[in-house]
Amino acid sequence: MTQPPSGPPPTPAVPPVPASRQAPRSGASVAVPGPPRRTAWAEGVDRLRAAAVTEPGRLRIIGAVLVALVLAFGAVTAWQVSDRAAAAEAVVARSQPLSADAASLYRCLADADTTAAGAFLAGGDEPPELRERYERDIRTASLLLTRAAANSDASDPGYAEIVKLNRELPVYTGLVETARANNRQGLPLGGAYLRHAGERMREELLPAAEALHRFETARLREDHGAARSRPVLALLTGVVALAALGWAQRRHHLRTNRVFNLGLLAATVATATTLLWLIAAHGLARSGLDDSDRYGARSLQVLNEAWTGVLRARGDENMTLVARGGGAEYEESYQAGMREVAGDPVAGERDGTGLLARALALADDAEGRTPVRDALRATDRWREHHATARALENDGRYDDAVALVVGPGRDTARSAFDAVEAGLAEAVEHEQREFERAAERGRDALDGLPAGAGALAVLGAVGVVLGIGRRLSEYR
Amino acid sequence: MSLGGLVLSVAMLLWTVPATGTPARPAADGDRAAGRGPGAARTSPAAERETCADGRDPAESLRPSNEAGPAVERVRRAGRLVVGVDQNSYLWGYRDPSSGDIVGFDIDLVKAIAKDLLGDDPEIVYKTVPTDRRIPAVQRREVDMVVRTMSITCARLKEVAFSTAYFEAGQQILAPRSSSITGFDETLRGKRLCTAAGSTAQTLLEKDDGGAEPVYVDNQLDCLVRLQLGEVDAVMTDSALAAGQAAQDPSVRLVGDPLTVEPYGVAMHREDEDLVRRVNKVLDDYRRGGENSPWMAAYKRWLADKMEVAEPAPPAPAYRDR
Repeated sequence: MTQPPSGPPPTPAVPPVPASRQAPRSGASVAVPGPPRRTAWAEGVDRLRAAAVTEPGRLRIIGAVLVALVLAFGAVTAWQVSDRAAAAEAVVARSQPLSADAASLYRCLADADTTAAGAFLAGGDEPPELRERYERDIRTASLLLTRAAANSDASDPGYAEIVKLNRELPVYTGLVETARANNRQGLPLGGAYLRHAGERMREELLPAAEALHRFETARLREDHGAARSRPVLALLTGVVALAALGWAQRRHHLRTNRVFNLGLLAATVATATTLLWLIAAHGLARSGLDDSDRYGARSLQVLNEAWTGVLRARGDENMTLVARGGGAEYEESYQAGMREVAGDPVAGERDGTGLLARALALADDAEGRTPVRDALRATDRWREHHATARALENDGRYDDAVALVVGPGRDTARSAFDAVEAGLAEAVEHEQREFERAAERGRDALDGLPAGAGALAVLGAVGVVLGIGRRLSEYR
Repeated sequence: MSLGGLVLSVAMLLWTVPATGTPARPAADGDRAAGRGPGAARTSPAAERETCADGRDPAESLRPSNEAGPAVERVRRAGRLVVGVDQNSYLWGYRDPSSGDIVGFDIDLVKAIAKDLLGDDPEIVYKTVPTDRRIPAVQRREVDMVVRTMSITCARLKEVAFSTAYFEAGQQILAPRSSSITGFDETLRGKRLCTAAGSTAQTLLEKDDGGAEPVYVDNQLDCLVRLQLGEVDAVMTDSALAAGQAAQDPSVRLVGDPLTVEPYGVAMHREDEDLVRRVNKVLDDYRRGGENSPWMAAYKRWLADKMEVAEPAPPAPAYRDR
């Protein structure tokens, strides 16, 4: 029963080449006229073919293939999982924070511009709280810009935008300071400078910040996608390795009537463990990343969009007053912006459209819904105050309109706008936390898998060698 | 009133239709010679004074009258006067950054008109209008009148009605003191010259830019911003507005002679004849009194320190109806 059931060895192909063991005829073969030199590949093939004739030879080949498959599975798993873990780490530690930074940079710039216009409207001594707010915005923007620059190199698509922002920000602040100086002198030139600064902001800085956010978000998408992509090659190699191990054991069983070969069995267990670990860990990582997208990123995107819209609407509201009768297009832009953010006000009722309503639908828990609901309620108040201010201005009560829009106090457009912002800030912070938590869960699911897969592969390979070696020893 | 209206409409008909057969009237008449105002004192003989196709002076308006017609009644019923003004023309109509109020020479005139129409302590709604929105604002009745350093021109007379002239200025060049530009001449060739879109300067430059490269902005004051930032080399605007710019920046000055003589008028809707007459009546009172006239008071308050005029005086009114 030690002979293979396949019977006679396969006939060698022409030209007949002797097996290495048939030494007596090897001399004759040299004499055979044929190709004068043989390639190493051909030699190898011949040698294998010769080895395949006998059972020990076959066993050696089978052993080598099994070891290669088990090790390859370990290596491919370690490599593919490391790649995904690195991508998940990039999501958590780099691209998500940078994307959030870019969104926050845009907000700081837009808020600085709106605040500058508001301080101008207030007239006379600018209110210190507005001045402080403007300065805080500019400080934060510089900080975020420095961070973005430190995390970017010339090959990044966002690099050009960072350069542009770095160049334009001091120009903008210079114009605003010139406006202040002229205002203090009582010269209308200050207002002209402020308009010019606002133009620079809208035409240069904000588009650059928007583009930077787009690039950073694209990078986040990319990392996110890379982290959740299935390790197909590793899975395939694992299945092939397991199948090969199974086949080898069945062959062994058929030939020896023994049920188990311990070495091969150990290799099978090691390989199966790796495969199951891979499937489970990647499944978990994927679910974590999917959650981060479903519960965090999507909400964040809508909230960021809403926040941008709110800031733009506030800027339009201020500019309507700055233009003093000549601001019809700003008023239109305000209305369009508020419709986009909070939907169409149908007889005072929200109609459920608009970015905030969408953000509310996307928020998955009470903690996420409450601040959005607060923001939505504040937009109603804001719209009411805005309408009143418009009526006041059209009625010739310009000063009252200005007081209602930019004045301090609890029941003004400014306080309503601040409440909308506060709600959005809280919601964004919450969703940010949700995102980070889920993404970290995803990243941590892959922890230890590359090292484990490597160790188990070595274990499996040792098992194969021992198992095959045991069979081979029966031939000595 | 009815006879006057008839005469007026005939006169307007004659005046709007270019007189083909009648010989053109001589360019200078008594009214005009007497009408040399503050701007005129610096005017070189080369400065052009516009003459319309019928040979008449565009600054000719309707005879003053105190009678209240439909337009005056409308303003009274509303209880307030809605005026298109500027908030960027220093000394003329500008927002005082410390108070937030709109003040200036134009605004003093607005107050006089409002007081006459509505009595003491009148309610005035100021609407700021960009230069190129002045005519549409009047035509669509978004405002009752525009008092905004608006030059009376033949072309504009086809779209709105004007009061008699209350000031005279001319287009001039404003350049940095260190600049080589000496006026609207060859020194401007290839230079970037800024002016407000929809201003008379734009009309002038579109006819002949003298080799300069025109830059149009919303507001004449935006030109000073660009000049200070080095984005343009010179500004073209009324001598009156230019004086306001120079007053805000001592490093720029007016160069060369005024190119035109442009009378400023109050713009109103063409159908509001009674309002035009009423405003002309107010202007009559405003000019009257020599050194002690309200006009002189406003001049001294806003312009005297900033304009180099030897003998400031309001331009004399000219009328096209008898």
